[in-house]
Amino acid sequence: MSANLAALLYLASGILFILALRGLSSPETARQGNLFGMVGMAIAIVTTLFAVNLDGAGIALIVGGVAIGGGIGAIIARRIPMTAMPQLVAAFHSLVGMAAVLVAAAALYAPEAFHIANDVGDLKALSLFELSLGTAIGAITFSGSVIAFAKLNGNMSGAPILLPARHLINIAIGVFIAVMIAFLMASGGDAKTAFWLITIAAFILGVTLIIPIGGADMPVVVSMLNSYSGWAAAALGFTLENTALLVTGALVGSSGAILSYIMCKGMNRSFISVILGGFGEDGSASAAAGPQGNAKQGSAEDAAFVMKNAGKVIIVPGYGMAVAQAQHALKEMGDLLKAEGVDVAYAIHPVAGRMPGHMNVLLAEANVPYDEVFELEDINSDFSNADVAFVIGANDVTNPAAEDDPGSPIYGMPVLQVWKAGTVFFVKRSLGSGYAGVENPLFFRDNTMMLLGDAKKMTEEINKAMG
Amino acid sequence: MEAVDPTIYRLAIFVLAVFVGYYVVWSVTPALHTPLMAVTNAISSVIIVGALLAATAGVGAPPSPDGDGGEGFSRIVGTIAIILASVNIFGGFLVTQRMLAMYKKKER
Repeated sequence: MSANLAALLYLASGILFILALRGLSSPETARQGNLFGMVGMAIAIVTTLFAVNLDGAGIALIVGGVAIGGGIGAIIARRIPMTAMPQLVAAFHSLVGMAAVLVAAAALYAPEAFHIANDVGDLKALSLFELSLGTAIGAITFSGSVIAFAKLNGNMSGAPILLPARHLINIAIGVFIAVMIAFLMASGGDAKTAFWLITIAAFILGVTLIIPIGGADMPVVVSMLNSYSGWAAAALGFTLENTALLVTGALVGSSGAILSYIMCKGMNRSFISVILGGFGEDGSASAAAGPQGNAKQGSAEDAAFVMKNAGKVIIVPGYGMAVAQAQHALKEMGDLLKAEGVDVAYAIHPVAGRMPGHMNVLLAEANVPYDEVFELEDINSDFSNADVAFVIGANDVTNPAAEDDPGSPIYGMPVLQVWKAGTVFFVKRSLGSGYAGVENPLFFRDNTMMLLGDAKKMTEEINKAMG
Repeated sequence: MEAVDPTIYRLAIFVLAVFVGYYVVWSVTPALHTPLMAVTNAISSVIIVGALLAATAGVGAPPSPDGDGGEGFSRIVGTIAIILASVNIFGGFLVTQRMLAMYKKKER
């Protein structure tokens, strides 16, 4: 295959990837978009297979590698529960990061195979710069994602781990990586030790960057690592002179960056403050003050009675619903209410759950039609017309202090105005504060009723009481 | 004026693709942000093209001038990278498909 034809095919695959993301603008076109993505990937792989020289061993390695990896991937994709999606995405990011490190290493050791060597087998300084960036970003993505996975999967506590002088450590590692990159470039690729030092330092940096970030800031971390995996791919796209890789890297990089921005805005926090970490630490003082006033506690029967007689109920799910796997019971409750002639809608805060869009996927899994599910801006004005706001496993995203208490750590964060509804039900395990360690004054208002218990059990009891 | 370095053209493609990405991703509905992450995961595994080059290093070519035997190393890490990227490609696209199949409209 001529190099020109190959370049055009890589361009085609890059365009198919753009269309894959474009499809996600609506659930109707999304499935077709995913198909475009698969075709684009197939074109890129087949083109490469025609472009390289294959021997028997090469074919065996490739077929074996794809069969093993593909088999594992297919099994995981089929078996993974939807509630485990955040940690799955983190795990996948780590694989992209590691693959980038390995490809960069191969390019350094066998530059001829990548057509980037000169006559004496040395590399251009620019190629060395690109593959150093590829391995550094890839290594940060890998170890950072492993930490994110461990935090999301519960192998590690979600609490921030704050090393003394951690900013200084990170800056020192960053400077070290930059010096080593310069050293590797000056050596023409012979200083292989420098390459491995860059990689090891970046592995460490990935860990020290992610451990100070608390569990509830995970939506930002997952998006950020998504972005990193894209930039690593793009850096290697320059090395490999490959348009598909360049375009993909740019798409994924900007996608992750935009998601991080949306998540930060949803929490009214600057990206820098999230990255620097440690949120949830300073809030512990106000949490220690304990609940003030009396919270009214209700039973499943009370909730069932009030909601059955309501005209409109808005359901606000949060991370607690995911933990309790209450989405199916919740959908049943929605159906029972609709059978009573009640208007039911769902309100999703941008940072509800542990990753962007987490709640939407769980509701979709429970067969809740997506046109009953609304984003914050689209539904916030409806709470004043609703008779009931049913908050299940969410807390901070409904806290009125974000609007009226300038002293609150979450002041300025956009919140769902559930308090404007006639009655607010809170399904919660305890009266404790949310992740931000912030007291929710809503618990103590007259029109609030607390339904204390496991989200799933409580919803099932309500369903029984309604039946 | 001397000829433009091809790297500049690649930089141009990259920068334009960042802009395309910016506008395309803003148009993604927030309800599909989780599938977006899963599918970007899958497509970033197009890095498998580099892994394929690595796994076939040295085939049909004269021994490298520096004779450091880097090809053998390249083939090993290339194969590992193929496995990792394949997990992502198959896992990413299939889990996206599974998620997207769940998004249904109201039955009327």
